[in-house]
Amino acid sequence: MPKVKVPRKTTNVDMTAMCDVAFLLLTFFMLTSNFVAKEPIVVAVPSSISEIKIEERDILTVLIDKEGKVFVGLDAQNDRREVLDKVGKAYQLSFSEKELKEFSKIGMMGVPIGKMNAFLALKQEERDSKEAALGIPTDSISREFETWIKSAKIVNPKLRLAIKADSNTPYKVIKDVMTTLVKIKENRYNLITSLEKDPNK
Amino acid sequence: MAEMQEKEGKKGKKQKQKKHPTRVDLTPMVDLGFLLITFFMLTTSMLKPQTMEISVPSKDKVAEDEQNKVKASQAMTILLGKENKLYYFFGNGENGQPPVLIDTDYSSEGIRKVLMTKNIDVMKLVEQLKKDKADKKVSEADYKQRLSDYRGSKNAPVVMIKATDDSNYKNLVDILDEMQICNISRYAIVDITPDDLALIDKKTIAAK
Repeated sequence: MPKVKVPRKTTNVDMTAMCDVAFLLLTFFMLTSNFVAKEPIVVAVPSSISEIKIEERDILTVLIDKEGKVFVGLDAQNDRREVLDKVGKAYQLSFSEKELKEFSKIGMMGVPIGKMNAFLALKQEERDSKEAALGIPTDSISREFETWIKSAKIVNPKLRLAIKADSNTPYKVIKDVMTTLVKIKENRYNLITSLEKDPNK
Repeated sequence: MAEMQEKEGKKGKKQKQKKHPTRVDLTPMVDLGFLLITFFMLTTSMLKPQTMEISVPSKDKVAEDEQNKVKASQAMTILLGKENKLYYFFGNGENGQPPVLIDTDYSSEGIRKVLMTKNIDVMKLVEQLKKDKADKKVSEADYKQRLSDYRGSKNAPVVMIKATDDSNYKNLVDILDEMQICNISRYAIVDITPDDLALIDKKTIAAK
């Protein structure tokens, strides 16, 4: 019995079109993207029906985790070193050029100012665990949190405050932060939430 | 290029040029392209996070003043307790007798219903306005203007939100959310007083 001849098709497909598509998409993603800011702690924000979007620039994020540790993040890299310099001066600490440079690479900062020197001397990989263990003191004696916000405001007066806190954060911590903000006349700020369906719609 | 090479070949130059195929295998390039796409897709945040805007009265005396000015029929106080419990009472508790605390929860049947009944006049107006807007009877600017007018009307309830230290952040956001759902624009986050705490204590003991 003669074998049925299967016509041999070439397996070589023209990849040009696919390549075009891939790079088109790549270009799109590269142009539209802004990177996810690295956060030292994982925060599950509560949901709300509010649909106001946060502004893209000039945001000072106050990150609060469920144990009440407070972190501060600035989006503008250029401002960061200036802020650290100002905060350092307030506590009679000075930072070297190298340390300032290192600091400007950190998106979310939560280290007591006294330990900042030691923290900046660490390698990047070591920082993550250390950073997660600390947080900026919010007490009214050292007033570190207050100083951070104030300094950031001086460096960039257009800065808007956004509070990003975990759902299970005790209200006591939030209250401390809020009272501090009221004290330095920061009466308007945003609470970052995730979207929930509006029952009226 | 290819044509030129062919022409040269026809001219009779015996030099045998190797014919390079003009087709390059693009598969690795595609691989690379998609790899980069994946990377960018995973590292980017396309969505801007949602926010609620709140403004807190400055510490001085505003809250105190407003609390006193409000008519007893409009005033309402919400106390956020522990374990997602919620208490509320009407009036400003100034008539000598202590206010009656009622407990409820954060569900749509709980505090939302209370707030909606309290704010029924404004709710009706806003609903009508929304309907008009859907029918394109009012313009966008007009809509916003009237919405804030309705919400800020003199007879709308005024809510004091007092959170105990045992409540959590979600409770606060939830209650602020309810304010928005129920079209209440006159509310304030106020520090809790020992009197309020005593009221909650009494309520929890009575419940047992």
